[in-house]
Amino acid sequence: MKAFAALFTAVDQSTKTTVKTAALAEYFRTAPDDDRLWTIALFSGRRPKRAVTTTQLRGWAAERAELPLWLLEESYPIVGDLAETIALLLPPASRDSDQSLSQWLAALSDMPNRDLDERKRFILEAWDQLDETGRFLFNKLITGGFRIGVSRKLMTRALAQATGQDEAALALRLMGDWTPQSTSWHALVESPDPEENESRPYPFYLAYQLDDGPESLGPPEDWLAEWKWDGIRGQLILRGGSHHVWSRGEELMTDRFPELARAADFIPPGHVFDGEIVAWDGAQPQPFNTLQQRIGRKTVPKKLLKEAPVILLAYDLLEADGQDLRDTPLARRRARLDALLADLPPDAPIRPSPRLTFETWEGLAETRATARERRAEGLMLKRLGAPYLAGRKKGDWWKWKLDPLSVDAVMIYAQQGHGRRANLFTDFTFAAWDGNDLVPFTKAYSGLTDAEFNKITSWVRRNTLQRFGPVRQVKPELVFEIAFEGIQPSPRHKSGLALRFPRMARWRHDKPVQEANTLADLQALLAAYG
Amino acid sequence: MTEPVLSFTERGIYCPAGDFHIDPWRPVARALITHGHSDHARPGHGAYLATEAAAPVIRHRLGDIPLDTIRFGERRQIGRATVSFHPAGHIPGSAQIRVEVGGEVWVASGDYKLAPDGLCETFEPVRCHAFITECTFGLPVFTWRPQHEIAAEINDWWASTAAEGRYCLLGAYSLGKAQRLLALLDPEIGPILTHGAVENTNAVLRAQGYALPDTHHVTPDLDIKAHPGALVIAPPSALGSTWARRFGRASTGMASGWMRMRGVRRRRGADRGFVLSDHADWPELHEAIRETGAERIFATHGYTEIFARWLNTQGYQAEVVPTEFGGEEDAADAAEDAA
Repeated sequence: MKAFAALFTAVDQSTKTTVKTAALAEYFRTAPDDDRLWTIALFSGRRPKRAVTTTQLRGWAAERAELPLWLLEESYPIVGDLAETIALLLPPASRDSDQSLSQWLAALSDMPNRDLDERKRFILEAWDQLDETGRFLFNKLITGGFRIGVSRKLMTRALAQATGQDEAALALRLMGDWTPQSTSWHALVESPDPEENESRPYPFYLAYQLDDGPESLGPPEDWLAEWKWDGIRGQLILRGGSHHVWSRGEELMTDRFPELARAADFIPPGHVFDGEIVAWDGAQPQPFNTLQQRIGRKTVPKKLLKEAPVILLAYDLLEADGQDLRDTPLARRRARLDALLADLPPDAPIRPSPRLTFETWEGLAETRATARERRAEGLMLKRLGAPYLAGRKKGDWWKWKLDPLSVDAVMIYAQQGHGRRANLFTDFTFAAWDGNDLVPFTKAYSGLTDAEFNKITSWVRRNTLQRFGPVRQVKPELVFEIAFEGIQPSPRHKSGLALRFPRMARWRHDKPVQEANTLADLQALLAAYG
Repeated sequence: MTEPVLSFTERGIYCPAGDFHIDPWRPVARALITHGHSDHARPGHGAYLATEAAAPVIRHRLGDIPLDTIRFGERRQIGRATVSFHPAGHIPGSAQIRVEVGGEVWVASGDYKLAPDGLCETFEPVRCHAFITECTFGLPVFTWRPQHEIAAEINDWWASTAAEGRYCLLGAYSLGKAQRLLALLDPEIGPILTHGAVENTNAVLRAQGYALPDTHHVTPDLDIKAHPGALVIAPPSALGSTWARRFGRASTGMASGWMRMRGVRRRRGADRGFVLSDHADWPELHEAIRETGAERIFATHGYTEIFARWLNTQGYQAEVVPTEFGGEEDAADAAEDAA
């Protein structure tokens, strides 16, 4: 663990990407195979199975620190990270340990097979032989979400530097459903055989937001326009007679969307599609909340299959007849895609996402204005001459979204944030007027500057009416413009509705609290766009 | 029932028997001041009383005020109250204020720390019946490592940054923390430069006889290139400013108790965070309270509600002091500078 802790410290002590990458590359050059394999796994979102619950962890930590649990619970929102809170609370270690990262992880991975007493003993002993940084990392491995300032992209770049391999090729190799138990450093990094894994997806190409108009993009004829669907980005892989569906977050979703299996009836093996999974009503996508019922379900009841059937609206062809097409220009990939899908019957679970024809940017802007009617969030613009790149790269793919909807709302509850927003009030609940009552209808966390969050934090401290654990009820005085992408009915909420992607567009210092929007205003938006 | 020795009013801590306030935040006729930080020593009072050691800085900051001074340990009668000032170990000249009325003793701690820092007068426990304690870091997650270890960390950072031919920019509050750091730095490593706000305070403290190493004031005329590998001490607010740009690709650091939390450290965007505080940590708060022998504890300035709740489970009769900050932690970034 010491070498890994030293790596973490080096990465954590710098705000500069080049310094972080160099530190990680050095680690990849020198660490033992098992440790570097686990390091790749951790920074690509793979974790050991959870050994204990966070409730158990809190209880044991309080016991070990000889503090009441409530004091730990009060400290947690202030520190903003449970793993860190526990690391800071525990008494100093009494021993030292030379166990490596992979040894700790092997032991952790074995814990789910052990009884509770054994797990507890293991955790307490670990805490007693790790220093503060070691404990923090150890706790992070348990509590999940191993985010410590190293992105997957940065890790891949460092690995490319350390091994002298091509970054894009490495990114491809690291995709898929391997675990440190199922492979080795050598098999994964040094002797890759891209054929060996039929399910392996390509790294997704991600678009940037177009903030100004498209005029700066050059002549319209260089560009392809499509609707930007509000579904789940996915890759459908048809190879060797089987099919696989991957999410952008590299989650295997094959079983969740059994409808897509039938794609293999219409398309020969050796094809990979990039597209959007949407709930389909036979003519157009259904609202996102219909699709939402399908998310998170590993098996799908028949009723739901019938009510919310999905299809893939395909917009790119990454592999055809076993050939990687990513280096061919989009115009040719798209032509092959359209040809491949042109004659499919209407009940095929895959269809091409339509190309929008346009002559001028002004004309396209008019099309974009009708996006909500088409159940789209806006437009995608893609350069016809561009290859399919990996990751978020500026220049060839742009999302040109509709302007968000917005309402003015009153802040009624505040809670402290996590991570770098620890000890700052950043998580708020907003309400709209219903007669003389304020009805909560959304939460929002983002959109303001650090300086604004600082101001609001000191305001919250002076204007707390009541505390419910970490949540403060505050004087209903501050008004914020809440921007959002969509609105849908939600019987679970008091307000009867739910917003999609709400965030604070600005702090309305100018707006008296009485002039905030009403529940009736929201219901009117729901009727128009829900 | 007799009136309490000290009470809590909207202007701050008040002594009815002596008709004076301690560190009031609104103008009053007579104010006893624990130390020169701006949240304790404010302008506009009719009369001030502070230690001889704290007076020069208070005059420097507040200008020509009606300020009377007192020596540490000296007793003075004010109305029916007997007052004396005792070292608090927070910054040079900082004091706790002891107030005795009819045999009952209350102590207002001001800000304090127990571990000697080599620069300011070391904290002195004062026996009392009731203790009004700050609790800026009144959570068990706040524990400090020994000062010499942090000093070594800072000097190592400076030496390795200087070896790369870069400057170190260290953010620290200009009164107290900056001078404490100066006393911890190893002048063998390189020259030490200071921001004007820090240098002005240095001059005041040097004139009083506090021993500080040589520093160079960063003025428009100063040739920075003549001081390669320098460490620059500046207020935290200067770190991201245009003022700091003259030092190019400097490595930045912050010294504060808040650096104990990774979230705050990252929010500050500094390369390095050094956990060095002029306030008591969790164990020190307990030690200080124990040594007063007091049964009644009033928690102010910090995580007051949590700390008071905890003390009540530990056999003390603890309450929260209502302050103008709403009676709870004023731990926002503004206060992080001084901690």
